[in-house]
Amino acid sequence: MGLLSWLILLPFLTALAIVFTPGTRKSLIKWIALAGTGTHLLLTAFTTWRYWTLAAPDMAEMRTARVMKLYLVERLPWFDSLGIQYFLGIDGISMAMVILTSIIIFTGVLASWKVEERAKEFFALLLLLVTGVFGVFLSFDLFLFLMFYEVAVLPMYLLIGVWGTGPKEYSAMKLTLMLLLGSALLIVGFLGLYSVSGLQTFDLTRLAEVSFPAGFQKWAFPAIFIGFGVLGALYPFHTWSPDGHASAPTAVSMLHAGVLMKLGGYGALRVAVYLLPEGAKDWGLFFMALTTINILYGAFGAITQKDLKYFTAYSSVSHCGFVLFGVAALNLMGMKGAVLQMFSHGVMTGLFFALIGMVYGRTHTRMIPEMGGLGKVMPWLAVCFYVGGLASLGLPGLSGFVAESHVFLGGFFGNPWGSMVAMRTLTVVATLSVVVTAVYVLRGLGRVFMGPVTDPHFHELKDATLTERISTGVLVATLAAVGLMPWLLIDLIEASIMPIVNRLHS
Amino acid sequence: MIEQLATMAPGPLHWLVLTALLFAIGTYGILTRRNAVGVLMAVELALNSGALNFVVFNRYVAPAGVDGQIMSIFVIAVAAAEVVVGMAIFVVLFRHRQTVDVTRMNRIRD
Amino acid sequence: MEYELGFALRNAWLILAIPFLSFLLVGLLVRPLSEKAAGIIATLAVFASAAFAYAMAAEFLTLGAATGWKTFVPWSFEWLRFQERMAVHIGVLVDPISILLLVVVTTVSSLVHLYSLGYMHGEAGFGRYFTFLNLFTFSMLGLVTAPNLLQMFVCWELVGASSFCLIGFYFDRPSAVAASKKAFIVTRFADLGFLLGILILGYFGYQVAGEVGGTRQAFDFLFLTDPVVMGKLNAIGAGILGIPVLTLALCLVYMGGAGKSAMFPLHVWLPDAMEGPTPVSALIHAATMVVAGVYLVARLFPLFATSGDALLVVGYIGAFTALFAAVIACTQDDIKRVLAYSTLSQLGYMMFALGVASVEHPLGYTASMFHLFTHAFFKALLFLGAGSVIHAVHSNEIWRMGGLRRKMPVTHLTFAIATLAIAGIWPFAGFFSKDEVLAAALGSGHYGIFGIGLLVAGITAFYMSRIYFAAFWGGARTEGASHAHESPVIMLIPLVVLAVLSVVAGFFPIGEFVRFGAGHGAPHGINPAIAAAGTFAGVLGIGLAWAIYGSGGTARAEALARAFGGAYTVVRRKFYVDELYLFVTHKIIVRFVAAPIAWFDRAIVDGGVNLSAKGGRLFGFALGSLQTGQVQAYGSWFAGGAVLLVLVLWGLQ
Repeated sequence: MGLLSWLILLPFLTALAIVFTPGTRKSLIKWIALAGTGTHLLLTAFTTWRYWTLAAPDMAEMRTARVMKLYLVERLPWFDSLGIQYFLGIDGISMAMVILTSIIIFTGVLASWKVEERAKEFFALLLLLVTGVFGVFLSFDLFLFLMFYEVAVLPMYLLIGVWGTGPKEYSAMKLTLMLLLGSALLIVGFLGLYSVSGLQTFDLTRLAEVSFPAGFQKWAFPAIFIGFGVLGALYPFHTWSPDGHASAPTAVSMLHAGVLMKLGGYGALRVAVYLLPEGAKDWGLFFMALTTINILYGAFGAITQKDLKYFTAYSSVSHCGFVLFGVAALNLMGMKGAVLQMFSHGVMTGLFFALIGMVYGRTHTRMIPEMGGLGKVMPWLAVCFYVGGLASLGLPGLSGFVAESHVFLGGFFGNPWGSMVAMRTLTVVATLSVVVTAVYVLRGLGRVFMGPVTDPHFHELKDATLTERISTGVLVATLAAVGLMPWLLIDLIEASIMPIVNRLHS
Repeated sequence: MIEQLATMAPGPLHWLVLTALLFAIGTYGILTRRNAVGVLMAVELALNSGALNFVVFNRYVAPAGVDGQIMSIFVIAVAAAEVVVGMAIFVVLFRHRQTVDVTRMNRIRD
Repeated sequence: MEYELGFALRNAWLILAIPFLSFLLVGLLVRPLSEKAAGIIATLAVFASAAFAYAMAAEFLTLGAATGWKTFVPWSFEWLRFQERMAVHIGVLVDPISILLLVVVTTVSSLVHLYSLGYMHGEAGFGRYFTFLNLFTFSMLGLVTAPNLLQMFVCWELVGASSFCLIGFYFDRPSAVAASKKAFIVTRFADLGFLLGILILGYFGYQVAGEVGGTRQAFDFLFLTDPVVMGKLNAIGAGILGIPVLTLALCLVYMGGAGKSAMFPLHVWLPDAMEGPTPVSALIHAATMVVAGVYLVARLFPLFATSGDALLVVGYIGAFTALFAAVIACTQDDIKRVLAYSTLSQLGYMMFALGVASVEHPLGYTASMFHLFTHAFFKALLFLGAGSVIHAVHSNEIWRMGGLRRKMPVTHLTFAIATLAIAGIWPFAGFFSKDEVLAAALGSGHYGIFGIGLLVAGITAFYMSRIYFAAFWGGARTEGASHAHESPVIMLIPLVVLAVLSVVAGFFPIGEFVRFGAGHGAPHGINPAIAAAGTFAGVLGIGLAWAIYGSGGTARAEALARAFGGAYTVVRRKFYVDELYLFVTHKIIVRFVAAPIAWFDRAIVDGGVNLSAKGGRLFGFALGSLQTGQVQAYGSWFAGGAVLLVLVLWGLQ
């Protein structure tokens, strides 16, 4: 059992421990969940250190490499006859995503401290879900990847359907079906890779040695990109996200918007662009255009939303657009920006959903017009919300700026495979979002937290509890850390993005 | 084709046409009879066409052995058992629903 | 660097580190414990920065004469690396204008901190106020010392954010919330231009850096203003619509500057920003942050001078804003709003001074920086004086004041000095800088702009005397005014210091070291003709104001307003620019863009998803009806299918 297997197994074991705890001992269950995720955070820190010591010497060499380098690899045959393996590995991009997930699940458990209804099942499913997520980020066998992906999606259905609010069955069904539609496209694409490569393998590193015929790339790239795009809220396949997020319970929204949506960009980068560079060159401009729509459409869509969760969900559509936009720009800055945005948006949106849950738990409403002046009664939550809001509108010093500046520069610098004028125009159009984002963030937050207290009942409400303070504090600190010390993350991911870029240029 | 059969000396082809006809008549009965007993009789026809086939092939393909005859005896035995079980079910059904019309035996659909 | 650097320049990082660490310390640790301690520590930290900035300035001045005022970066570290030749270094750039601004910012900031200790005494959120004020000081110092475009932009946004927090300081007041939002969004819109300018300059700078070779970074000012690089950038030629790339990029960058310096038509946020506490207005919205736009143009001045067209845009917009805002200022009743429009007008002055400068006539560059320098002191003084008055009278309306000169002698005296300074009366600071600006306009042959400048000088003297007479002369018009008394000493010290500076700043020989181009920047002496014209305009304005408002009554003013009728109303309503903006943003954008998109998403895109779901269900029902439960029916289907299959296979063969 290697380190990476433990990263996947630990949440699963925690889930098992919870399953064998009597359902009536709710606080014990929460403590187990917290201990499990807390240990996971430590384990992740240790893994990061291990990874860094192993990978640091290779940094210079990776600048010109065309094949990605994996560390801490674990490889076992699984279905030998079909060439399916249990194949785990880690590189900079995965490492960043694992850190993100670990932070989100830890804070998510803290933010769910008030869940009382069927707490046992809730936490068990939540941890099962996150097992799948870790599996996805660490597996480099496409079959294993898909399997973990399904492990992550299906608990989501139950979590939303049972613990959600509003039209939860509808939302859960819609979310699951649309995500499965995405994975159906992925299966088609993956099977195509499997058979066209002629290698009888799902091993990503070996598939990367093949140069696939151009005709195949031309249809396989959009299939895989859209397949991942559904998950990454690619327009027009994004509508599961507002409904799904609005209905989901806090921790699930956090995990889903914060982490699972990142799988879209992650897969698009790692599988679609890396394995199918010719397809990427053909389709890059098309997807840049589509994601430009994403960016602006989400931002404009958010302006008129009344429900805080819909508001955040549309803002997520806009921000996830940046991820795919960066990927579609097909250059180093764009892709780096995409990964940075994944991390940044993950933390930011996790913070948003955590805070919305906390505000809702107090006011029992999520409707923006019904709130007002909450900053006076819950200053902590207001400050955190504003920090998140400022991060989302790209204020320097917080992580959003680092990511967005990369993405904009990436888009503007463009690539040699599409019309330069078109790419620049799209980038200029996309930059409009920085204004629109400022408009909706300040409008929405101003309405909720600023001004006089509108409802006399609000005066009795309390500010954040200790668990809530830890949970939001960790997220805010992460936003600031990445914003102030961006090199921490950039050094981690840059070397792993270079092979993808170099492959495009060869 | 009928002319051809009529002019030929009796051989396996005649037997096969006979069994095919028998099977077709049986299948037709299975698909169209509304009375369960009628369906059972049609099944009997189809089974017997099968049994006859065994005997025919035994006679023309491997005349030295008796495998086909044995199989046809098996078929007859199984058919008898099947009739017993089937009739028993019908009797029970009739007691419950006062009919053995198979088109009405669709309550599992709802 | 072949010259030995002194302690302050060797440790230049401290100029950023002191206020930043103090911001963290005050904001995270001290504030929850003691609000009072937070204020005191914040103030001490800014005084320490000021002392450090003076040390840097002193070292730079002694060094400068020997090195020919060379620009250099004594300290920097790599902060963000986009790709090779595109790294962003956080650092401290030292040259005459950054040193000038360092001194101005730290001086005004420390005085405002001190003043705020008295002004904000007993307010809820005392600690929060000082936290933001410290954050602002840090960001502004970072902006001033930025060695590259990106650090400039980073700090640019940070000053915007801290300004947002401070305008909205009284966040339970809807008007303050609206004003803070407006300020942020309007400047954000302008920053969009800045961002695009950075993208363009970054891209072409990157290409040029590749051609030039070496390890130079595309965003560095030292790189961008290198003559070789500027030549190459200028040679790129037409971008879009026949506008050369460089001009386009600079106009976009200028858009950012125009937003922050509130040039027409992006000026709408500044008057509303007066919702913040008055010391904030003095620091951020008068002396420091709003001059960032001017500073940006000055910082990139070599590039602007290379592309003359962009500079023309700067000049004409500046001149128009100067006049436009001055006219509005004459009709406003809120003392802070008058000062805000006056700030707009003076910023226009600085801008057009830059606009008229060129390689051949570089005087405007010096004049602009000179005016920035003097303006910072007397405008901060005016605001702090106004704050002192508001503190005493509890109202912003000049008509609710009156007769304060006896009750608040120190405030009165300092306010009078500042009024004379801004009116351009010898020997106060404004006289010298205004004279130089006008001389620059005339000397470079921009007679129209010179005329506007002269006119604005007169109007400025008029509206400033108007509020001065209304507030301090005549009799007390309200209960509040009659019970007013002088502010505490802690608020008076900054007033006195600034008053002294407003008197002596004009004698400071800025032209000695702030100059553009070699040889041309000989210090400008006083041109008697221009000085006479300027003084005449000032005296005329003051005289007119005395005639109308000197009596303390409003009768003459009202008669005059009636006489102008419609024109007066239009000016008083600020030419309806706000209404126009409101119409465009609320009616057009929200109603015709955002709402339809939200509808489209729900009805069409999501409708499509639901439609496909419904289609699936209908298809399911249709298939379900085949599921009769009749074994015989299934059998028939099976038999029919088998026959069909046989036929098909047969047909295929």
